[in-house]
Amino acid sequence: MIQIKNLHKSYKMGSNSLHVLKGIDFSVEEGELVAIMGSSGSGKSTLLNILGMLDGADSGDYVLDGVPIENLNETKAAQYRNKFLGFVFQSFNLINYKNAMENVALPLYYQKVGRKERQEKALKYLGQVGLKEWATHLPSELSGGQKQRVAIARAMAAEPKVLLADEPTGALDSTTSYEVMDLIQKINDDGNTILVVTHEPDIADMCKRIVHLKDGVIVEDKKIKQVRASAYV
Amino acid sequence: MWLFDRDLWSEVFNTLGKNLFRTFLTMLGVIFAMVILMLLLGSSNGLANGFNNIFAGTSSNSLFVWSQSTSEPYKGFERGRRIKFKTEDADILRKQIPEIEVLAPRIELGSHRGVATVYRKGRTSGSAVYGDYPEIDDIMKKKLVEGRFLNRTDTDNSKKVCVIGEETYKLLFDKGEDAIGKDVRINGVFFSIVGIYKPNDNINIDGENAVFIPFTTFQKAFNSGDRMGWMAISFSAETEVPIVEAKIKKVLKAKYDISPTDERAIGSFDMSEVFKSVSAFTTVLKGVSFFVGLLSLLAGVIAISNILLITVKERTKEIGVRRALGATPKVVRRQIILEAIVITVFAGMLGFAISVGLLNTIDANFAQGNDAPFRNPMVTIPQFVFSFLLMVGLSILIGMIPANRAIRVKPIDALREE
Repeated sequence: MIQIKNLHKSYKMGSNSLHVLKGIDFSVEEGELVAIMGSSGSGKSTLLNILGMLDGADSGDYVLDGVPIENLNETKAAQYRNKFLGFVFQSFNLINYKNAMENVALPLYYQKVGRKERQEKALKYLGQVGLKEWATHLPSELSGGQKQRVAIARAMAAEPKVLLADEPTGALDSTTSYEVMDLIQKINDDGNTILVVTHEPDIADMCKRIVHLKDGVIVEDKKIKQVRASAYV
Repeated sequence: MWLFDRDLWSEVFNTLGKNLFRTFLTMLGVIFAMVILMLLLGSSNGLANGFNNIFAGTSSNSLFVWSQSTSEPYKGFERGRRIKFKTEDADILRKQIPEIEVLAPRIELGSHRGVATVYRKGRTSGSAVYGDYPEIDDIMKKKLVEGRFLNRTDTDNSKKVCVIGEETYKLLFDKGEDAIGKDVRINGVFFSIVGIYKPNDNINIDGENAVFIPFTTFQKAFNSGDRMGWMAISFSAETEVPIVEAKIKKVLKAKYDISPTDERAIGSFDMSEVFKSVSAFTTVLKGVSFFVGLLSLLAGVIAISNILLITVKERTKEIGVRRALGATPKVVRRQIILEAIVITVFAGMLGFAISVGLLNTIDANFAQGNDAPFRNPMVTIPQFVFSFLLMVGLSILIGMIPANRAIRVKPIDALREE
C-alpha cells in the first residue's frame, strides 16, 4: 500500500538547515495498523505530513497504492488527498459551524458526490461510530471523544486507502482514548490500512506494528501482539 | 457549469448564514454606500425633474422681444425716445428671418405690466389684460382647467371672448360657480369667458391673474390701432437663439432708426439660455453625485474585502481542514469570491430597498405640490443596472484579494498544533 525509499527532509531555520528525516525506508501492507512512535523532534509528524501529502519530501520515493507521489502541485495534492487519504487530527479540526453530519459529508462534497448520497453516506458512517442521534449537533455540543469519533467518521466517509491519525488520542483522557482506539481497531478489522502517530506506549500497543523514530531515522520496526482496546472500555 | 451548482451555493450560503453577525457587519459598508449612491442619484434626478416641471410647456428655443427707450442719440433723434413696435413688424420678421417657427405678437392694456380693472357683477379684479394670438399657446402652454384657449376663429372674427386665469376667476366668481359663458367687463366692453387656465409652475411671465382676449378684438375694443407690445418667438430646435436674436434686433433697429450699438432700446429674453444653464447644472450635478456615489461604493466593497481578509485569517484552520479533505485551491478561491459577491449583491439589494423607501418618503413629504424643488426623485433603471453591475464587478475584483490569501494558506501550516 505504501512504499517509501530513502526519504529525506530538511527545514530551513534562518541560515541553519534542520535535517529532520534522514533516509527513511518504510513500507506498509494493506490492512495494517501501524503506530509511529518517537519523542518530539524525532520527525514522526514530518513523516506523517509527507505521507499525507501536506508536505513534500526533499528526496526519496513515495508510492501510494501503486501511484508515485511526486511533483505535486496544490490541486493535484488536494485531489490525491481526497481520493487516497483520510485524516484524523489531535484537535479534531471539525468545522465549528457545521453540524456532525455536514462535517462528515464535507470530503464527499469535494468528491462531487450528489447531495442525497452524501447525506446517506454521512449518516451511515456516523452510525458506524455510534453517533447517528447526534447528526444535527454542532461540534460545540459534543464531548471530546464524540468529536474525535465524528472526525474519524469524516475521515472514513471518503473511503480512503489509508487513514492517517496524528495523535488521535492526544487531547483525550484515557477512557475516551481507549474508546477511540477501539473504534480505530474495528475499522482496521474491516481491512482498512491505518497509520497512527502517537507518543503514548499504551496506544501504540493497541496497534499491530510499531515503528520507532529517533532523530530522523527508524530505529526499530517490529510487529507486536495487538492489545484490544475493548478490554479496557 | 459550476454557476448552477446547488452544493456550491448552499456551501456559500451556509458559511455566510452560520456567521450571520459577521456577514451583517461586512454588509453594512455596502448597504450605506448603496444608500448614498441611490439617494444622490435619486435626488439629483428629482431636482432635474423639478426643473423640467418648472419649464414644462415652455418652448425651450424661444425668445421674447419688447420695446424700450433708446439710450443713444442716433440719426438726429435724441436719446430716451420711446420705441413702439407696430403690428407690421411681425410680418417683416417672419419674412426676413426664416428660422422663426412661430411668432405671436401681443399687446397689453395700460403700460407694461400694467393692470386693468375687470368688472363682474359688482366685483372687480385688477388683472393684466393681454391681446394675444392663439399661437402664443405653442410657446407658453396654458394648462386649461375649463373650456378652451383662444383660437383662430376668435381672432379672425374679432370675437369678444376671453380666457381668464384661476386667480382672476377666484376674484370674480364664487367658489364652484360656473364661469364659462359668463361675461366680464373691461373698460366698458363685455367679454364672454371661454376658458380658465391654471398657473403652470412654469416661468410665469403672464402671471395667474390675467385675461387673454383675441389680438384683433383688443385692437377694436381698445382702439390700439397698429400698436404691438411685444413678441413671443419660437425657433426650430437646432437654431442658435443668440444668433437669430441679433438678426432680429438688427432688423428692428434699422426699421426704427436705432443706433446699432444701442443695447437698451429693444429688450429681449432668451429662454434657451435658461434651459442651457439649467440642463448644464443638472448634468454636472448628476455627474458629481454619480462619481461620489461610486467612490463610496468602492469604499464599501473594499470594506468587504477587508473583512473577508480578516475572516480568511480567522478561518485559516477551517480552510486548512477543507484543503486536507480535498478542496482544491480553485474550489477555495471560488468559494471566497462567491462569498464576496453574495455579500455585495445582498447588501446592494438591501441598500437599494432602503433607499427606494427613503426616496419614496422624500417624494411623499417634500416633492408634492407644484412649487416643490423635487419631483419624482427616483433612480432610473439604467442607472440602477449600471451601478449594480459595477458593484458585482468590483466585488469579484476585490474578492480576489482575500481569495488569493486563502489559497496561500498551506494545509500543513493551518493544521500545525500550537
